[in-house]
Amino acid sequence: MNLDITEHGTTSAVLVLNGRLNLVSSPMLREAVADVIADGRTLVVVDLGAVSFVDSSGLGALVAGLKTARAAGGDLRMADAPEQVASVLRLTNLDRVLRVHPTVEAALDA
Amino acid sequence: MTRRMFVIRVCVLLTMITGVNYIAWRWLDSIAWSAWWIAVPLLVAETYSLIDTGMFGMAMWRLKERGEPPAPPDDATVDVFITTYNEPVDLVITTAAAARDIEYPHRTWVLDDGARPDMRAAAEAAGVGYVTRSEDWTGKPRHAKAGNLNNALFQTDGEFLLILDADQIPDPRILHRTLGYFEDPKIGLVQTPQYFTNVDDADILGSQAPLFYGPIQQGKDGWNAAFFCGSNAVLRRDALMQLGIVGYVREVGSTVRRAIRTADTILARAAKEAPVDDPAVGRAITEVRVAARTARTELDAGEPFADVTYAFQRRVDDASTAVLREHADAIRADLAVIESIPVEVDAELGTLVVDEEAFDLLAHRELSPLGAIESVRTIASAINVDVAGEAQPIMPLATISVTEDMATAMRLHAMGWRSAYHHEVLAHGLAPEDLGTMLQQRLRWAQGTMQVMLRENPLLKKGLSVGQRLMYFSTMWTYLSGFAALAYLAGPVIYLGFGVLPVEAFGTDFFIRFIPYFIANQLLFLVVAQGVRTWRGQQYSLALFPVWIRACWTAFANVVMNRPLGFVVTPKTIEGEHKPPWRAVWPQLVAIVVLTLSVPVGISRLALGYADLGATLVTIAWVVYDLVVLSVIVRAARYRAQLTPTEVTA
Repeated sequence: MNLDITEHGTTSAVLVLNGRLNLVSSPMLREAVADVIADGRTLVVVDLGAVSFVDSSGLGALVAGLKTARAAGGDLRMADAPEQVASVLRLTNLDRVLRVHPTVEAALDA
Repeated sequence: MTRRMFVIRVCVLLTMITGVNYIAWRWLDSIAWSAWWIAVPLLVAETYSLIDTGMFGMAMWRLKERGEPPAPPDDATVDVFITTYNEPVDLVITTAAAARDIEYPHRTWVLDDGARPDMRAAAEAAGVGYVTRSEDWTGKPRHAKAGNLNNALFQTDGEFLLILDADQIPDPRILHRTLGYFEDPKIGLVQTPQYFTNVDDADILGSQAPLFYGPIQQGKDGWNAAFFCGSNAVLRRDALMQLGIVGYVREVGSTVRRAIRTADTILARAAKEAPVDDPAVGRAITEVRVAARTARTELDAGEPFADVTYAFQRRVDDASTAVLREHADAIRADLAVIESIPVEVDAELGTLVVDEEAFDLLAHRELSPLGAIESVRTIASAINVDVAGEAQPIMPLATISVTEDMATAMRLHAMGWRSAYHHEVLAHGLAPEDLGTMLQQRLRWAQGTMQVMLRENPLLKKGLSVGQRLMYFSTMWTYLSGFAALAYLAGPVIYLGFGVLPVEAFGTDFFIRFIPYFIANQLLFLVVAQGVRTWRGQQYSLALFPVWIRACWTAFANVVMNRPLGFVVTPKTIEGEHKPPWRAVWPQLVAIVVLTLSVPVGISRLALGYADLGATLVTIAWVVYDLVVLSVIVRAARYRAQLTPTEVTA
């Protein structure tokens, strides 16, 4: 999995993921979220548009990121989930907790 | 169908037909109503036993002997976890070294809940990984072994996890023999037997469980309900993590909904207690109340929890900021004590320079004057998605019971995962070495099982098949046997001592129904056991009746009334002198004395013409059976495992 960070304004960051978000790559996501929040960018948007596969460990990293962001008074949001990701979210009921925003812009503005 | 399965099924049918025939007659036509106070409890106990046998028979009906396992995959990644809390370092390292030498590629980790420096040093010297609780756990519920495993899951990354108790020395081929089952992507768990090496043939403490790690697990396996038993099992990480995610969603849902339900009451009280000379605080509380109501409306409309709670938290922040702006003095005082927040003192005026950023930081609920109103702060923090009361939001292994293994397996099955029981001893462990330790262990198992039954009753749990429901329920049902034992022990004493017969008569009507049932039942056990010794287990299911009763009661008090269970880790080695723990088994000793005394009394009553010969003989036979069963307790109390050679020479 590849992970690119783009900064938006002074308080937001967008993490663009590309590839498989699974038990191998999920620590990378957890660390990236922790890093941008440590920099003071507490509104984190995870762009899932190019994610081909997510497993439960990947979801675990998203939840861990959400907790980190909330603890810093911020938020973690997801944008543009492909069907495989959306179906895993439904299967685990995680869609009851986290909304998938249609675009990164919508997630930043919500 | 194999010949063995055919014979088993015939025996199951015979047992059930004769059993129902007997119990139906007992209910309809045999109760001595004049002595209903013993007649009815005894019959309830007998009915309980028939239901128990019925569920056992159901498991045996589908007994699954898997034979040779499928070949393992070439490239699986595996973490081997050795859980320890206070076991001796040498014992743990022996297991760790054996785990390190498992032939299939893997990584080995000692999960030391005791965080002992010498354990760490020994693990490093042995070339295995060492894991302790992360800082997140400070001040949070630790959840014993389940917490230990949950912590390690987030510090490792293997696709599969082999879990071993500190004393369970694995065979080098253990992963080769179990990983193959996971080629079926729906398999989430493979359990192998637990076998103990420090137990002799007599097995006075009944440590080996050949019926459980054999026909019972194989029977449950036939219904896709093989249990996870805490050790000597391989689990699929993805299955566990999925449980963790689902559990997280459930936890967030219940925490947030509960907090919102109580918010109104608590905030109303806070409004009353707010200082009258401080309208800002009152306004802030009102704003939080409105925010809580809005949150409830949004949740009812199906909005995601993260959005609802985020909006709520923002409103609480705004409310506290408003209060802050009206309390400049209080803020200065706060700033003075909170040194961690960088604040500059103006060199000329000597006053604090407070910028917007510091304001925002202060608006954080824990620090603001609003936060001083404890109830508001509590409510505000509970309406969030971070599960702040727990060390980590995701708890893959169930924490609802001290037997995390059973609860976890049941949840896996409810999510649609499959399990396999591989009947081959692939690890050798240590059993409790004296009665006291053994009693503690059995109590813990029984308590944990009853906790699961009370918290997540398998008969009601969504996602389980009928067979799975009954397989879980039957294990819980067996732990109710303590109450039945009371009736079985009291029955003969009451006749021999007082001439009160719970049955109308021990005549032909009784024997032609009871004897076939009894024989069929024994035959079923004999056929199923296939030569393994099950007598010890039968003895203990009756002889530990005080343990089972205590477990039921303490689990009930724990789940319903929130009382502590008094959970103690089972020690694996014992130091010091051995004294028979007579006090721990006083109910059994009382039962033995009373049963023994009832025999001469009964014979005297017979000699004096107060009692019936047939009834007296049947009842004495019953007493003898009870005594033979209970006698194991006396032997167990006096028993201590043989000293190992090193101890003898020391």
